[in-house]
Amino acid sequence: MGRWVGPAGLLVAVAIPFVDASPYTLNVLTTAAIFVMLAAGLNIVVGYCGLLDLGYVAFMAVGAYTSGILSTAFELPLLYTIPAVLVVAVLAALVIGAPTLRLRSDYLAIVTLGFGEIIRITATNLDFTGGPTGIFGIPGIDVGGPAGFYFVCVAVVALAVLGSARLERSRLGRAWMFIREDEDAAEAMGVNTYRVKLLAYVFGAIWGASAGVLFAAHLSAVSPQSFVFLQSALVLMAVVLGGMGSARGVVVGAVVISVVPEVLRDLGAFRYVFFGVVLVVVMVLRPQGLWPVRRREPERVDAPVQEGVRV
Amino acid sequence: MNALLEVRDLGISFGGVKAVDGLTFSVGRGEIVSVIGPNGAGKTSAFNCVTGFYKPSRGRVVLDGSDITGWSPFAVAAAGVARTFQNLRLFPNLTVLDNVRAGMHLRGGQNAFDALLRTPRFKRAERFLTEEAHRWLDFVGYEGPRGGPVRDLPYGRQRQVEIARALAREAPLVLLDEPGAGLNHGEKGALLGLIRRIRDLGRTVVLIEHDMGLVMEVSERVVVLDHGREIADGTPAQVKADPAVVEAYLGREG
Amino acid sequence: MIQLVWDGLFVGSFYALVALGYSMVYGIIKLLNFAHGDIYMLGAFAGFVVLSGVGGVTAAFSVVALVGALVAAMAVTGGLGVLVERVAYRPLRGSPRLAVLITAVGVSFTLEYGVAAAGANPRVFPVRVESQAWQVLGVRITLAQLALMAIAVGLMIALDRYVNRTSTGRAMRAIALDPKGALLMGVNVNAVISRTFFIGSALAGAAGVMAGAYYGKIEFLMGFLIGLKAFTAAVMGGIGNIRGAMLGGLLLGLLEAFGAHFLGGEWRDVFTFAVLIVFLSVKPTGLLGERVSERV
Repeated sequence: MGRWVGPAGLLVAVAIPFVDASPYTLNVLTTAAIFVMLAAGLNIVVGYCGLLDLGYVAFMAVGAYTSGILSTAFELPLLYTIPAVLVVAVLAALVIGAPTLRLRSDYLAIVTLGFGEIIRITATNLDFTGGPTGIFGIPGIDVGGPAGFYFVCVAVVALAVLGSARLERSRLGRAWMFIREDEDAAEAMGVNTYRVKLLAYVFGAIWGASAGVLFAAHLSAVSPQSFVFLQSALVLMAVVLGGMGSARGVVVGAVVISVVPEVLRDLGAFRYVFFGVVLVVVMVLRPQGLWPVRRREPERVDAPVQEGVRV
Repeated sequence: MNALLEVRDLGISFGGVKAVDGLTFSVGRGEIVSVIGPNGAGKTSAFNCVTGFYKPSRGRVVLDGSDITGWSPFAVAAAGVARTFQNLRLFPNLTVLDNVRAGMHLRGGQNAFDALLRTPRFKRAERFLTEEAHRWLDFVGYEGPRGGPVRDLPYGRQRQVEIARALAREAPLVLLDEPGAGLNHGEKGALLGLIRRIRDLGRTVVLIEHDMGLVMEVSERVVVLDHGREIADGTPAQVKADPAVVEAYLGREG
Repeated sequence: MIQLVWDGLFVGSFYALVALGYSMVYGIIKLLNFAHGDIYMLGAFAGFVVLSGVGGVTAAFSVVALVGALVAAMAVTGGLGVLVERVAYRPLRGSPRLAVLITAVGVSFTLEYGVAAAGANPRVFPVRVESQAWQVLGVRITLAQLALMAIAVGLMIALDRYVNRTSTGRAMRAIALDPKGALLMGVNVNAVISRTFFIGSALAGAAGVMAGAYYGKIEFLMGFLIGLKAFTAAVMGGIGNIRGAMLGGLLLGLLEAFGAHFLGGEWRDVFTFAVLIVFLSVKPTGLLGERVSERV
């Protein structure tokens, strides 16, 4: 059954515009898709590797600003900016991670919070980022209107989610989880924990920055107000609510967190009070999240004896 | 002597207390050596200095001719040391197989792109790791579920998984920190046989152990620690007869 | 130049008050209480409610009213700190650090948006300590600054005496060193932790009232930034160390005053975070902290 969950979810995501393609619905859907991508990226850092990053939208800001600045300054199509975005995202991950990843986990949390603010304030203060007003007139990805762009987003996000799930079940993903479970034991097994944590940051940054590009294309503008701590906290909530380390749980969590405020629009700030309470309640009563990973694998596969494998 | 591990004049202190104070001993290739001593003699601290978890304040640790003093734990592991911990340090929420795979982290065989694209190389590497994990679990005599989380297992089985994980590292030197702690009589018997079979693989085994029966039975050499330094070093029979050892354990008589 | 020193010390005394709570709580249960900055914010709002309740405050009466509001706000925030610990943190004692940190973020969120949802945002503080100023050695010093600084210093001295001279203070230090041992020795650990939260939160609440009275404006996110800065101060002094937190607060105030002067005010916060990152990278134990080996 498990293997059908992903395709089924994808099918639903693709089907909705055929039912309701109003600009409002498409806007909510596109925003939700981008949010799912952010959550998948943060899940690598927090869920797999156990590093609390409270300034994750900084990476999204890096991606959005890089593509926005390049595309408006040089009149490039947005797609052409992606290589530069990836390079800048990796650099940002290294710059932020290198000094902080040697720290204890709780220090790391607050330092990432600080970094998130540094990026935002810097974007507000500098001229080439457009100051407090940001950057306007970013070219979109024009593929048949808002519905077309939504499908592009769904495709990219589906790949991102699949990619993060594949990483989870690999040598690198296991190394992340070894660190999350017991850093000392991981070291004793020869895991270069510092390097492996940096890689978690790098992958998280790539996911976040790519989501930033979609974000810039969607709004055709970026401004510092989009990257406040509230955003980082919401992404974190999506990851925690769905179940840290669980790819599908996180997707569901992200959809819930991005759609619920739309439904509860009338409640104003109470929505966030509600989120805060939910965060505490989940941690106290159900720390594994709503749809946690059930880590199981086949007991023993009677694999044919491979030549040269058995010692 | 063809020493695999040499510890020379090792010292470390915590807040003025000298946990290890001028410890010197060496371990030959293919030996089974026990490190014993009263509680607080500095055995685990010495282990942690050797494996890089503590940075010794003085002295040298030499592995197979190269100086590994002060290296990071992962670098020590890569240099050829595998260890278990006094209080089990497994990855509780991961499966038994994943825990053993941890021991094979350094064997590589795939990178992140292989994983993202699920290349044949990736599949080959994963299949190999799974088979190896099963093989090591079989080797330590583990008979239990392998696909579920390790935290659900009883203590004795967790001990076995931890040893399988260390063996999967395929390091020439295996350090076992109190492998017999918490085991019942039958399990201790099995452990005895296991330690010998580990040596028969060509590995060198150093263990810290409190169970004197086990120590005297399995060890070829015993190093006795007290107050952070060695007070005796010899065969089990020699050590047992050593008055300094008796005094350290029983206290000075009248 | 001396003006910068004075301004820095003044702002630093606020940081120090908030940093104390951060540091005490961390010292005793190794929890980074993200919600601590929001307690400061709630202190400001509690003070606001009290002062508004009293009605029109005449200028002549303002200092007395302010002290009254200060005490009331301290009681409220102290009680709230105890409540937060009891409801959100105590059930998670012994849980993985990640879970506790996330809970703290949740608490912070709840407090911030709880105040925002109550519609109390932003507000003008009913008492503004306007007062005469003197020129001392070319430095402009106002009576308000002197009064607030005196209160801050008084609170800090009181705390220092409390921790170093009373049995509760001894118990706090005992738990910080060895929680299990303290329990075995008959220390009522829960009671001491509650008291720590009370004191730390009350100090933050006091700082909130003082900031409201001094700056004149309060809003629901005002605790976010000062929480970060107080943490920085606590780290600079050596987290868990009470005198270190005081020193760190004053030092951070000074650094910030000079940093803002030379780099421009808009870079003030960036400068602070840079200081934090440098400190954590180079000397994570802080100026007065002790080296603690945590491994294995």
